Amino acid sequence: METKKKENGFLVKLGNLCRNQIFIPIAALLILAIFNLIADPSFYAIKLSYNANGSPVLMGNLITILDYGSELAILAIGMTLVTAASGGQDISVGATIAIAGSVILRVLCGTESQPTSLHAPIIVAFLVACVVSMLFGAFNGALVAYFKIQPMVATLILFTAGRSIAAWINNNQLPVISEECSPTFGIFGNYIPGIPIPTPFFIAVACIVVIFLVLKFTNLGLYTQAVGINSKSSRLNGLNPEFIKFISFVILGLCVAVAGLIKVSRLNTINYSVVAKDIEMDAILAVALGGNALSGGKFNMTASILGAYVIQFLTTTLYKMQVQASALPAYKAIVVILLVVLSAPKVREWLGKLWKKLRPASMKEVA
Amino acid sequence: MKRKLLALLTATLMVVGLVGCGGEAASSEGGLIKVGIINNDPNESGYRTANVNDMKATFTEENGYDASFAYSLKNEEQIQSAQKFITDGVDYLLLSAADTAGWDSVLKDAQDAGVKVILFDRTIDADPSLYEASIVSDMAKEGETAVAWLKSQNLSEYNIIHIQGAMGSAAQIGRSGALVAEAEANANWNIVEQQTATWNAENAQQIVQAVIDAGTPFNVIYAENDDMAKGAVAALDKANISHGVGKDVIIMGYDCNKWALQELLAGNWNYDGQCNPFQASYITDIIKKLEAGETLAQKTIIMDEKGFDATTITQADVDQYGI
Repeated sequence: METKKKENGFLVKLGNLCRNQIFIPIAALLILAIFNLIADPSFYAIKLSYNANGSPVLMGNLITILDYGSELAILAIGMTLVTAASGGQDISVGATIAIAGSVILRVLCGTESQPTSLHAPIIVAFLVACVVSMLFGAFNGALVAYFKIQPMVATLILFTAGRSIAAWINNNQLPVISEECSPTFGIFGNYIPGIPIPTPFFIAVACIVVIFLVLKFTNLGLYTQAVGINSKSSRLNGLNPEFIKFISFVILGLCVAVAGLIKVSRLNTINYSVVAKDIEMDAILAVALGGNALSGGKFNMTASILGAYVIQFLTTTLYKMQVQASALPAYKAIVVILLVVLSAPKVREWLGKLWKKLRPASMKEVA
Repeated sequence: MKRKLLALLTATLMVVGLVGCGGEAASSEGGLIKVGIINNDPNESGYRTANVNDMKATFTEENGYDASFAYSLKNEEQIQSAQKFITDGVDYLLLSAADTAGWDSVLKDAQDAGVKVILFDRTIDADPSLYEASIVSDMAKEGETAVAWLKSQNLSEYNIIHIQGAMGSAAQIGRSGALVAEAEANANWNIVEQQTATWNAENAQQIVQAVIDAGTPFNVIYAENDDMAKGAVAALDKANISHGVGKDVIIMGYDCNKWALQELLAGNWNYDGQCNPFQASYITDIIKKLEAGETLAQKTIIMDEKGFDATTITQADVDQYGI
């Protein structure tokens, strides 16, 4: 009898989980994980080896996912806040990553395209990039919050102009920071010598910890949701909706700078026209996969971050399955359609009803 | 009132502009050949930057040209610039079109106005009688040169990771074609992975990473541009797989970026195919011939393009051909 009660309680909990927002990315993750397990269990193999510099590194698809999903997870943090507060999306993140990356290289390399020594400490370059991309974030934020321009239209400006600005910052050159010039610059996108886990993962974890502390100890989350749900009533309650919207874009700017550092550090260089191309779409998708309403309001940060890793999981799976190049976008689209349909409120409602129908049956069995 | 002021201001500006134009026209009468150059955005890629710089360096007043430049990645804007150049009365219109279609009417206008049109870098879908010459890269030949080089390496078995550019682009089709044909013709040529990285280094890195993680053996990486080759090499370095001259994996790239040629010189890569951005000298040759009243032997001129081998490349090559 005891165990049966427990079982019942478990079923109820499972039912609640299904209606919880975080269920969607977890379900997506599970589907992908099970698919890979059936298709080829060696997908999960992880082995310790040594890289060309002789330091230990972990290798395997799971590590690849954690590694390359990092930038997306970091961007998803900012994009979630922007979406929740303004009810729109920033489509300029890819272009601003190009700008942030260019600024970092410009500060480090000066005007040389292949410097023999760094012109400034890396931390200075990073801080300058933070300031610059927060300014660009503030530009977007001001257009959206104070001039009441639709976020997608407001950010279209930088989406169009950003990569040209990035190229202009470095005089159209493509600076390369060689290993001899700075052995430490590469660690942000690769490995810290002696530590076998990729650095971007640590950076992502640090960002995630920071945002959760901020959400826990400040009213940012609450205010953002209040503004997103109804900005007029939030004003009546003494909030400043313009400022909240503005600040969400500035926070996204900071996330962009961090992602930009990882991107340029991965390959020690930048290519303005393709770096982080279309990443804004993946970031928006991560937010959508997290079950967050793209029209703003309530949000779930954990779900968005999980959503980002789901997208990378999908990309790595498709590479692993050696899907034909021309068919790659089609496969991705099919999976995305499935996931988005699954997360639609109508479908979830229907699933919930289905679950309720199933549950009484099992209860009767218990009786 | 405001409107009147604005109108007055615009009018003044226009007059000033006219005076400016008049001045230029006067100076260009000293035997200078007037050319209007329409190109794609120099920020598009390292290749384009080199192309634009080459044009700027060649069409100078010292060399006897009065050149105006217009850049755009959009066809309509390019057509507008072309119309402006025709109205300005240029002698030659040099054109690297963003799109292949939509050029007929403006080129007819050019013909009527006596402006000679020379296409460079990209061809267009228009009647060949509308332009004097077209200077292009033969991407398929680039691929053939590279594959012939690879064949000359005489490996007992070729297990190739083929990293493609953006699908459907002329460079991708040309550079893929030769490799795919050769792999089909030979039993010991296997393409173990064929994937598009859309010219992006990081995607290439992930593709190679996936092959390494899957444990598939390979000994050649055929990347359709330098960026993607660089990304692939980063994945190899991470897995401690040796690459370059006399090592486990042969690295092949395209475009001859300066840093890529330096990798060749250092023996880290094996081959780099050129996609020649230095078209200005070909164009000036044609202009000289036309000015002298000669007729051109052929309309489509395919540029010489080299392929560099890491074992024979010199510092002089890096300096001369690196972009």
